Amino acid sequence: MTPPVVKIDNLHKIYDSGEVPVHAVRGVSLEIHKGEFVALMGASGSGKSTLMNMLGCLDRPTKGSYLLDGIDVAKLDRNALADIRNQKLGFVFQGFNLLSRTTALENAELPMLYGRRRSAKEMRDRALRCLEIVGLANRADHFPNQLSGGQQQRVAIARALVNEPQILLADEPTGNLDSKTSIEVMGVFQALNEQGITIVMVTHELDIARYCRRDLILRDGVIVRDEPVHDRLIASAEMDKIRLAEAAAKLTSA
Amino acid sequence: MRLLNTTRVALRALRRNKMRSVLTALGIIIGVCSVIAMVSIGNGARAQIEQQVANLGQNVITVFAGSFGAGGVRGGWGSSARITVDDALAIQREVPGAVAVSPVIFDHSQVIGDGQNWYTSIIGAGPDYAEIRNWPIAEGSFFGESDVRSIAKVAVVGKTIVDELFPNEDPLGKVIRIRNLPFKIIGVLAPKGFNLFGQDQDDLVIVPYTSHMKRISKRTFINSIMIEAVSEKAIPLVQQNITDLMTQLHNGRSTDFTVRNQVELAQTATATSQIMTMLLGAIASVSLVVGGIGIMNIMLVSVTERTREIGIRLAVGAHGRDVLMQFLTEAVILSSLGGLLGVLLGMICSQLVSKYLGWPVLVSTSSVVISFGVSAVVGVFFGFYPARKAAQLDPIDALRYE
Ligand SMILES: Nc1ncnc2c1ncn2[C@@H]1O[C@H](COP(=O)(O)OP(=O)(O)OP(=O)(O)O)[C@@H](O)[C@H]1O
Ligand SMILES: [Mg+2]
Repeated sequence: MTPPVVKIDNLHKIYDSGEVPVHAVRGVSLEIHKGEFVALMGASGSGKSTLMNMLGCLDRPTKGSYLLDGIDVAKLDRNALADIRNQKLGFVFQGFNLLSRTTALENAELPMLYGRRRSAKEMRDRALRCLEIVGLANRADHFPNQLSGGQQQRVAIARALVNEPQILLADEPTGNLDSKTSIEVMGVFQALNEQGITIVMVTHELDIARYCRRDLILRDGVIVRDEPVHDRLIASAEMDKIRLAEAAAKLTSA
Repeated sequence: MRLLNTTRVALRALRRNKMRSVLTALGIIIGVCSVIAMVSIGNGARAQIEQQVANLGQNVITVFAGSFGAGGVRGGWGSSARITVDDALAIQREVPGAVAVSPVIFDHSQVIGDGQNWYTSIIGAGPDYAEIRNWPIAEGSFFGESDVRSIAKVAVVGKTIVDELFPNEDPLGKVIRIRNLPFKIIGVLAPKGFNLFGQDQDDLVIVPYTSHMKRISKRTFINSIMIEAVSEKAIPLVQQNITDLMTQLHNGRSTDFTVRNQVELAQTATATSQIMTMLLGAIASVSLVVGGIGIMNIMLVSVTERTREIGIRLAVGAHGRDVLMQFLTEAVILSSLGGLLGVLLGMICSQLVSKYLGWPVLVSTSSVVISFGVSAVVGVFFGFYPARKAAQLDPIDALRYE
């Protein structure tokens, strides 16, 4: 077996910015292999985002080790971490984090500004293709405040995909979407996963977790369950079912 | 991030806040504009002084009564120390390179002619005075050696005298009364106009120095001696010979007189205006610095406002240097656009000053280049601190910033 892309060992995160230190992650050990599709679940405040930020090299753990692709992340400096975020990882934030007053297309282009040299046309084409994947190509020149929450979420996904990451980290990517759009997004993720991209996503919804392959449950900063998804759903099939149901509803109402 | 991308991002940010960008740049615009205008006025003054010194005539050496150093006149010209017509005659006789020599004596008096009267300068001079000063005669002629010898009551007048006393008349042959003595006008000088200090250079009457000393001022000493050297190259030697001769004539009392050539006079005259130019430029530079502080202030506000944006950029892979360059570029674009507009506005201001106030101005290339360069540097200098502040943000903290 190939070495894991993510290997964390006894990872801790203590926030001591406030009056009492908050022990948000308390000793998580985990291996994720290439091509896995992991759902991270847990109650609000259980430390999911905290763990994701550390996996995404945005935040440094208080204790414990993190090997990404065999590289000890703790040993890297700011710029090396930035390059990893840019090249290896795609991150979808819980609160979109799009640049305001900047079009969807320019938002999607953003990571390419900081990567290897690309022509303006190439950047544009790639960003457009990613917007197409999330079904937003027709909104390329809209500003975030002209887009619905779900559409903004999808721009954020397009931005995460634009540099062809090996690992996609998504913090509640369907949190703001209705069930149909959620299934669409899961379809996108499943397609990416088929292509070999490793995906870790946070979700609250059990039926969204069923589109993944592995289910992790976090409680008070520790993993309490780690098991494969049994009755896995396939997004394209679910979409067909919905379409059929809609057609039937139309017939009966007509 | 490539420079092109950085510039595009910076321009976009500036366009998003047009009003603020314009107001921020205004500080620099005003600063550069005032530097250019002030220095132009100072330079214009200097150029005019230089020209006036050149106006004295060509290859002119002047012997003044009394001594004055670089700091200016000490004790007033001719106040205590004495030089005489004999000194002038000796120079004419004994210094070979002195092709023309004229004693000069000044006074002021009321002049009456045709029932009008006018208060003016009365200058006593030799027959070569007009030639030494390179001053053409418009009508009639200058007086000659015989007029000097005969202490003739003849006068050559400036254009202003004609305008005041004999408007619409032919002044030649007319009589003016100086201290109740009649002088016949035999010549009119070509007009020279006003000098930088607003003095009317044509407001004068010139009479033979003998007539001046014997009939008008009743003085035995003169104010100065003007000498024309044979050529520009001969000036130093002639000046040295004059100094030696004068020292000998005055028994070694070198404080009795001062010998200056034209270049030295120009230096003395322009030294003051140079100091003025520097002073004006310095004052104007202060406003440039104030403009820079304005940029720093706005950039600091902007960095705080855009903390989340910075967080997002860092999160998707921007290096600290990329963020630094982005904000630095914004500051430099602001300041150099401000500098460019300031240069244009400064040139326009200078033109307006010369047109409506009639002051001479000279927009020098160096002041344009320097103040534009300084404004760009001001952008780098005052933009650096806010930009570095932005670059040093922690991505996750910046993202959480409300
Ligand atoms: N910057 C911070 N400073 C202090 N405490 C924090 C900080 N961020 C998170 N916490 C605390 O850490 C704990 C875990 O937070 P986290 O955001 O990881 O939860 P979560 O599982 O993502 O919750 P949700 O499902 O609501 O997004 C919470 O108790 C939270 O209050
Ligand atoms: Mg969360």
